[in-house]
Amino acid sequence: MAKTRVMIPCDEATRLLSEAQDRTLGTGERTVLRMHTWVCSKCRLFGEQLGFIRLAARGFAQRADDGDGADPADRAGDPPARL
Amino acid sequence: MSASVPDSLTDPTFVASLRQQMVKFAQMHLSDSHLAEDAVQEALAGAWSGGQRFAGRSAFKTWVFAILKNKVADLLRHKQRVVDAGSLLKEGEDQTLDDFFDAKGHWLQDAQPTAWNRPESSLEQQQFWAVLEVCLDGMPAAQGRVFMMREFMGFETDEICAQVGITPSNFFVMMHRARLRLRECLDQRWFSKAA
Repeated sequence: MAKTRVMIPCDEATRLLSEAQDRTLGTGERTVLRMHTWVCSKCRLFGEQLGFIRLAARGFAQRADDGDGADPADRAGDPPARL
Repeated sequence: MSASVPDSLTDPTFVASLRQQMVKFAQMHLSDSHLAEDAVQEALAGAWSGGQRFAGRSAFKTWVFAILKNKVADLLRHKQRVVDAGSLLKEGEDQTLDDFFDAKGHWLQDAQPTAWNRPESSLEQQQFWAVLEVCLDGMPAAQGRVFMMREFMGFETDEICAQVGITPSNFFVMMHRARLRLRECLDQRWFSKAA
């Protein structure tokens, strides 16, 4: 098993936050990440903002599918996207 | 004959604007204007010969974009792999995080995240989408492409790596970088201005 450091720096924490969107993190990774975001408000914000970026990217793709600039009326009834 | 042509396709203004949107969409994904034009042409031809009737333009757009999306996905699967593997890897290799973190891995003062005020409400604002598009356009080509494959087209990591010919670790590096960059761009061009 790879050695596990208790505290990881922010560059590594943001890497794990990003990778968490593309794969399932291991138990050790989740633990060190949780410890980091517990004390680091910057990385906590980064994680939240990544969630929003995913939401926005999906909304963007959806708009491209619908045809950008379609009648606003077409879209008025759309439910808001959910996390 | 003309009875089988969807009504929407007989309006030249509608077709021209739809075509433009389609080309934009295809170019975003393919980063190749010739491939994009071809994909759009084929999708429109498919729509034309399909002969289905649609309740409205909105339904027709959805359908024609679904065809286009499949064409784009096919092209990404079959044509780009060989061509792009080299440039993707090269771009992946010299990605450092110097713009965001110091030597110890701490956030640089200018790069550190600050709170965004009610980000969800941005999704309702037309201007936000224009800013997002600028930010996406500003990404390095290969990085933007894997980001869009992941976030727009919803491919899984394995699938992207296999199609593009990169390793998972390379993919993760590119996505990390892409997200840092996109976050910063949205912060600078949207959220810090809206405040």
